[in-house]
Amino acid sequence: MSLQPASTEIAARTAAVISEMKDLEGPLLPILHGVQEEFGYVPQESLLVIADALNLSRAEVHGVATFYHDYRKQPAGRHVLKLCQAEACQSMGSDAVAAKVKQALGIGFHETARDNSVTLEPVYCLGLCACAPSAMLDGQVIGRLDDEAIDEIVAEVRR
Amino acid sequence: MNIKADFPTLIEEIDYGTPESKAEKQVTLTVDGRSITVPEGTSIMRAAMEGGVEIPKLCATDMLDSFGSCRICLVEIEGRNGTPASCTTPVGEGMVVHTQTDRLDAIRRGVMELYVSDHPAGWNEQAGTGASEFDAVAKSVGLTENRYGVEGRNHVHENGVAPGHGSLAVDYIARDDSNPYFSYDPAQCIVCSRCVRACEEVQGTFALTIEGRGFESRMVAGMHEDFIASECVSCGACVQACPTDALREKTVLEKGMPERSAVTTCAYCGVGCSFKAEVKDDEVVRMMPYKDGKANHGHSCVKGRFAYGYATHKDRILSPMIREKITDPWREVSWEEAIAHTAKEFRRIQYQYGRGAVGGITSSRCTNEETYLVQKLVRQGFLNNNVDTCARVCHSPTGYGLGQTYGTSAGTQDFDSVEFTDVALIIGANPASAHPVFASRLKKRLRQGAKLIVIDPRRTEMVKSPHIEAAYHLPLKPGTNVAVLTSLAHVIVTEGLFDEAFIRERCDWAEFQDWASFVALPENSPEAVSKLTGVDPELVRGAARLYAKGGNGAIYYGLGVTEHSQGSTTVMAIANLAMATGNIGRPGVGVNPLRGQNNVQGSCDMGSFPHELPGYRHISGEAVRDIYESLWGVKLDDEPGLRIPNMLDAAVDGSFKGIYIQGEDILQSDPDTKHVAAGLAAMECVVVHDLFLNETANYAHVFLPGSTFLEKDGTFTNAERRINMVRKVLEPKARYADWEATQELARAIGLDWNYTHPSQIMDEIAKTTPSFAGVSFELLDRVGSVQWPCNEKAPLGTPIMHVDGFVRGKGKFIRTEYVATDERTGPRYPLLLTTGRILSQYNVGAQTRRTENSMWHSEDRLEIHPHDAENRGIRDGDWVRLASRSGETTLRALITDRVSPGVVYTTFHHPDTQANVITTDFSDWATNCPEYKVTAVQVAPSNGPTEWQKDYNEQARQSRRIKGHLEAAE
Repeated sequence: MSLQPASTEIAARTAAVISEMKDLEGPLLPILHGVQEEFGYVPQESLLVIADALNLSRAEVHGVATFYHDYRKQPAGRHVLKLCQAEACQSMGSDAVAAKVKQALGIGFHETARDNSVTLEPVYCLGLCACAPSAMLDGQVIGRLDDEAIDEIVAEVRR
Repeated sequence: MNIKADFPTLIEEIDYGTPESKAEKQVTLTVDGRSITVPEGTSIMRAAMEGGVEIPKLCATDMLDSFGSCRICLVEIEGRNGTPASCTTPVGEGMVVHTQTDRLDAIRRGVMELYVSDHPAGWNEQAGTGASEFDAVAKSVGLTENRYGVEGRNHVHENGVAPGHGSLAVDYIARDDSNPYFSYDPAQCIVCSRCVRACEEVQGTFALTIEGRGFESRMVAGMHEDFIASECVSCGACVQACPTDALREKTVLEKGMPERSAVTTCAYCGVGCSFKAEVKDDEVVRMMPYKDGKANHGHSCVKGRFAYGYATHKDRILSPMIREKITDPWREVSWEEAIAHTAKEFRRIQYQYGRGAVGGITSSRCTNEETYLVQKLVRQGFLNNNVDTCARVCHSPTGYGLGQTYGTSAGTQDFDSVEFTDVALIIGANPASAHPVFASRLKKRLRQGAKLIVIDPRRTEMVKSPHIEAAYHLPLKPGTNVAVLTSLAHVIVTEGLFDEAFIRERCDWAEFQDWASFVALPENSPEAVSKLTGVDPELVRGAARLYAKGGNGAIYYGLGVTEHSQGSTTVMAIANLAMATGNIGRPGVGVNPLRGQNNVQGSCDMGSFPHELPGYRHISGEAVRDIYESLWGVKLDDEPGLRIPNMLDAAVDGSFKGIYIQGEDILQSDPDTKHVAAGLAAMECVVVHDLFLNETANYAHVFLPGSTFLEKDGTFTNAERRINMVRKVLEPKARYADWEATQELARAIGLDWNYTHPSQIMDEIAKTTPSFAGVSFELLDRVGSVQWPCNEKAPLGTPIMHVDGFVRGKGKFIRTEYVATDERTGPRYPLLLTTGRILSQYNVGAQTRRTENSMWHSEDRLEIHPHDAENRGIRDGDWVRLASRSGETTLRALITDRVSPGVVYTTFHHPDTQANVITTDFSDWATNCPEYKVTAVQVAPSNGPTEWQKDYNEQARQSRRIKGHLEAAE
């Protein structure tokens, strides 16, 4: 089990990310991406460091960071599985797919398995409507989900 | 007089929805059949309102840029598709707009229905006042039903269950009552962002945000914190902006909406914000900034808007009191007895010790009319010139320095001028704390791209705060202002950055050359003075180039300039810089003293100084004395009287025995507390006229209860020379307004005064003082306010001075030789103490300590750099002993790198701390303004209060006893 980094370390590593990107135009989003890459999530403490470095209020940084669901408040599991729940996928049975996946993994949306193997999330359109219902596993898209594909995905994340 | 008859109604200001367009080109359009002409760039919403057509709206208000989120203000435009939002659509020539059609009605009702489906109103519940803009719009669009029901997710109910329903409320957030003055009820929030935008655009703090997205969007403070824990500075702009009751004043929620209001002027700092004092049942329930107020344009700070509770605080003394000896308890007496006793005592003292043995002190907290009467009482009644004012201890060097160089003792600009400033230079001031509304206006200009230079020993909020960063911060050693300013001048002269054309036209060229040769001396170069000032020479050079060549350069300064042994010299150095660079006489430039108190400008104008009659005319001038002698029927003393420190010295020597002090706490605010105490103790009749038993009253024999600004008519003059009306909204709690009490005293000593209204006093001022010749209450009622000079040449006042030439003729350059203060650090006192104040507290705190503002600042703390703290074994929050050559006190430490090593800083808001026990009796060479800003001190760990603090507190407790009253259990 990985320990969360100590607070002074978070500040130092965040500062390193900031110094790389500070001079970009509109540096806040790239920095938040960089921080998430660095830690696997965006620590609350990083936001304070970012606010100070960019001379923004902490409210502003909080507002931006919470607007985007992809910036995580805590680390995700080893795998991240996103199931599309948008209109086209819904019409092709994504509700049933989601129910099945939740049961197989024993977790709901926005939850991480106790063994830290996987985090399950809804997503609203992956642009794969023609292959609905669709999903994304660790950045790889998967179309035409059926029982077989679901079993394969579950086996993959359990491995 | 029946006040209700004076202002029977609630003043409702028109909200035009979007800001005014300043374009010159006019555009004509038709709205609902009416032809309307407005400047290009105006929104359809505003144009319609100007033509008398009100379009319903929720997310728009004219204090903020348009946003276009609420979808209520939609209109139809002939020849265009759809229904654009009128707030974000600019007018076009010949446009034909319809604001009321069946289609629009249906859309607005539909949008409103969606709003109420997630609002207490949808449950038919009364959550707020029932009188918000939201309620009014729901009514105006004819909303009668909520077809969406209340099942499903909502933001309204706790515990997941709405009464009688069973809906989930995962989004419920409990009400936030952490701020003492307003509450935030997220259930009523419609996420229109008006509060967030007000915090950003108007106040410039950026403490609020919208968290999340979609249905999860919520307005939160900070990073989803309680308001009190967030970056919020409680200015209340968000509360003012909120169209629902999500953000609402607690007083309004508790007591209901106000019924009547009058426009008046804030009695805190020298910005002089205009407010509507809103009253219900003879109680002020809200202070609402007035949009037509020329100083504040509808904005305010935490003090003006919320901290008026002192007016009804239980500590207020409402009955006159007298006592034989200051060790006796007070005895409550009638006004008649108190006045008769005082008059008798003053007569006796003058008979026994001579005409010059009594005097008076006017107050910068009182109105112009009241101040005028006190100096008149001294001059006409006491027949001497022993009158002084608290400006002695703050801005007297401004009067002297600007008088010498420009010919007038006041700031050169109006506050609106900042909108045209390209480079602002702040020296010895922290407007974010002390003049917050001006700071908001300056910050707005800085966000638009203006540059900032800060000269201050401390890294203040102005140096760096969200979206604001000074281009140059010169962290000088306290006491070296003159050296730094002269080195800036050195760069301007030696690098040829001065404005020769301006100088040749407006100033004395020979004097300029003399001054230029002086500042160009090598010993005045940034490199040479850096040893004294501790400022990196490159910063000085950069700052000088920016100020001289960065466009319109404006200097704003405060008590960090004046309260020094070279205060007057520093003011002259500032005046020199502005003249040398041509930054005088047009919008966006100038020299702007930020006045500490609401009427410090006015009290100086009104002849409060011992050497000057009203309008800064020297007492030795026969022509001037003639004016008053013929009007007052007495022979005036032609010799200047005693200044405050001289009065105290004379008292200790035994030749000064009686004093009438109106609205000033000299024991707490003046330097070298022990000397002040000794002076007061040596007098035989000390009369204190105040709201509270202040520290000075511990040494008083007569106490006359004062009136607050809510209880009297009159005028205050702010830092931009603006004469603003103060209007009575409540009857004086202690029977007399302060001017009436002074008049009673004058009559008792035999003067024939018969003023029945302060307007008559202003008429007398206008009649006798050329710069006020055109001023009358009738004019002020008509135009709102005027800036003096206001006379035949400028019937509506003078926003900007020295436009075509200096008042004194040619601008005068004066050499500014740096002379180090005698107050120096050494082995025993190695640190330099400087003082200042904090946003939530005001001056000696007599008022703000008696409000909930103490929540933010309940004690004075000593700021000390981590290095100095570590050397002394001091941890954050420890009690420390602060000692100087004058005395010592204790307070708790606050470790911060805002101050440089070698410098410590504290505020002076709390009498327990008695920071002025520490300060010395050094003072400005020209005006005796005390050197509060530099004291050599030592800091050491301590266990608690000093003997002096204990003795003092005991003496204060004893001295505040009132016969027949039990001591408050504290």
